[in-house]
Amino acid sequence: MDKIYWHSVTLEKDNCKGCTNCLKQCPTKAIRIQNGKAKILKERCIDCGECLRMCPYHAKKAVTDSFEILDKFKYNVALTAPAFYAQFSIADNIDLMLTVLKKIGFDDVYEVSAGAEIITEKTKELLKSGTLPRPTISSACPAVVKLISIRFPNLIDNLIPLLPPVEVAAKLAREEAVRKSGLSESDIGIIFITPCPAKVTSFKNPMNLEKSNIDGAVSINDVYLKIAHKIGKISDSEIEKLSRSGRKGVLWGVAGGESEATESKRHICVDGIHNVIEVLDAVEDGKLRDIEYVEALSCIGGCVGGPLTVENSFVANSRLKRIGEELEDNKNIPHEDDVFWENPISYKPVMNLDDDISKAMEKAMKIEEIYESLPKLDCGSCGSPTCRDLAEDIVRGYASENDCIFKLREKINILARELNKLESGDIKNTRET
Amino acid sequence: MEPMKYHFEVKGDDFSVAGENSSKVKKILRQLGFDPETIRRVAIAMYEAEINMVIHAEGGYIDAEISPDKVKIVLQDKGPGIPDIEKAMQEGYSTATNSVRELGFGAGMGLPNIKKYSDDLVINTVVGEGTRLEITVNV
Repeated sequence: MDKIYWHSVTLEKDNCKGCTNCLKQCPTKAIRIQNGKAKILKERCIDCGECLRMCPYHAKKAVTDSFEILDKFKYNVALTAPAFYAQFSIADNIDLMLTVLKKIGFDDVYEVSAGAEIITEKTKELLKSGTLPRPTISSACPAVVKLISIRFPNLIDNLIPLLPPVEVAAKLAREEAVRKSGLSESDIGIIFITPCPAKVTSFKNPMNLEKSNIDGAVSINDVYLKIAHKIGKISDSEIEKLSRSGRKGVLWGVAGGESEATESKRHICVDGIHNVIEVLDAVEDGKLRDIEYVEALSCIGGCVGGPLTVENSFVANSRLKRIGEELEDNKNIPHEDDVFWENPISYKPVMNLDDDISKAMEKAMKIEEIYESLPKLDCGSCGSPTCRDLAEDIVRGYASENDCIFKLREKINILARELNKLESGDIKNTRET
Repeated sequence: MEPMKYHFEVKGDDFSVAGENSSKVKKILRQLGFDPETIRRVAIAMYEAEINMVIHAEGGYIDAEISPDKVKIVLQDKGPGIPDIEKAMQEGYSTATNSVRELGFGAGMGLPNIKKYSDDLVINTVVGEGTRLEITVNV
């Protein structure tokens, strides 16, 4: 398999009706409908999961690991995102949510919020040093990082070169598990309970790391029922003290939590991938010169709004804020220096028309010409998201003008008129003889 | 080869769409495979000029000419003209009204930024008649 283009987001072909719901919503225009089925253009997909949300027929799915992955390891640690706590109405304390994971098969737990606290401290340090380009953009959301790598090459340098909290937490979790269990590193499974497909892709195919520290990713969706059945049966005396992180780390799970934690006075938080694109465009134009830090999250509401979560994101948002605000700030955040990217992120020009600018210009002119002849209704019936995209697909050789139902109708009308003429002419001829 | 030509109209009465044309050009350049630095310079210079046109001149026209080795942006307006180009080129000098400044514009960085990000800048201006800006960015 082509490792670079491995994606968590995939199509369940049998369920796909070939409608235009996902086509119109994809922020990178990575979907086409061909022969009545959706097709994902792998090099353009950023795994944001918008199509998963949009599809009324559940034809898009996220490839995650099944719970059986725990059988592969002798000792399993569940990595929990703050968004996980917000999934259950019963959860008024984090220790209960962590205890229940030990009841369903994990040997230990580790909170991603502990990694978030370390990254918060490092971010504050870097922002203070004044060495980063302004505005500095958070690199915590993998869908946003991927988006920047294909669409905003000028902003790659603005990304803060720090690992996402989940990777930091995974590394520390493994070290702790080795100490506690006495087993070797390879016997330990670090399993993330994931709210989104973009994170899964980032583990299987890391952009800025040689190898991820996460061995598997099970979706919140998939463990939800397992936990729902157990959680009510845990008595107060069974709840173990397992949480270690404080208020700031936990609040990373909701939009705004991260930027607030960095204590930057000039920060903005933008959530929702379409809004993120708008803000990044503005940054690229030099419009946000007075902003120091940009927290950019693909999902509305932050990670609590992840496509693989169960709870309504607004409810989850409120719940997580309540849980977080009750906590104290962690005074004992360990100092970690080994939290930087191992590899730089490179620009992947997947939108280019041609490697040669002159040839690309010829193609662009052809696109304009075809576009002018199209109805500009952007109906999507041809299988491309807009008329302009169809023009582009025709020039790239993926589509034909007849895919446009309006163009086709025009041609059929002409043909019908010709036939009519021919017929009436024939009748006249018959009469004459 | 013949340069690619685009013609845009800039409306002077709608601030919400100011900058839209620079975004379009940015997208075209990206698709054509221009290097990110060139795209950045064109986008910023054109954006500043487009905004100037809306703030000071109630709109006008922009012509963009794209060749493999350079991008030329010509902005033409029928605004008040620039009485003192030397002053206008100074960082921080602005004739923008208070209401425009309250919107976060009029910091006096428009022309200086256009100059900074372009390789060649030609300004023809007649007070009371209008201004023509020719911005060239070499690849």
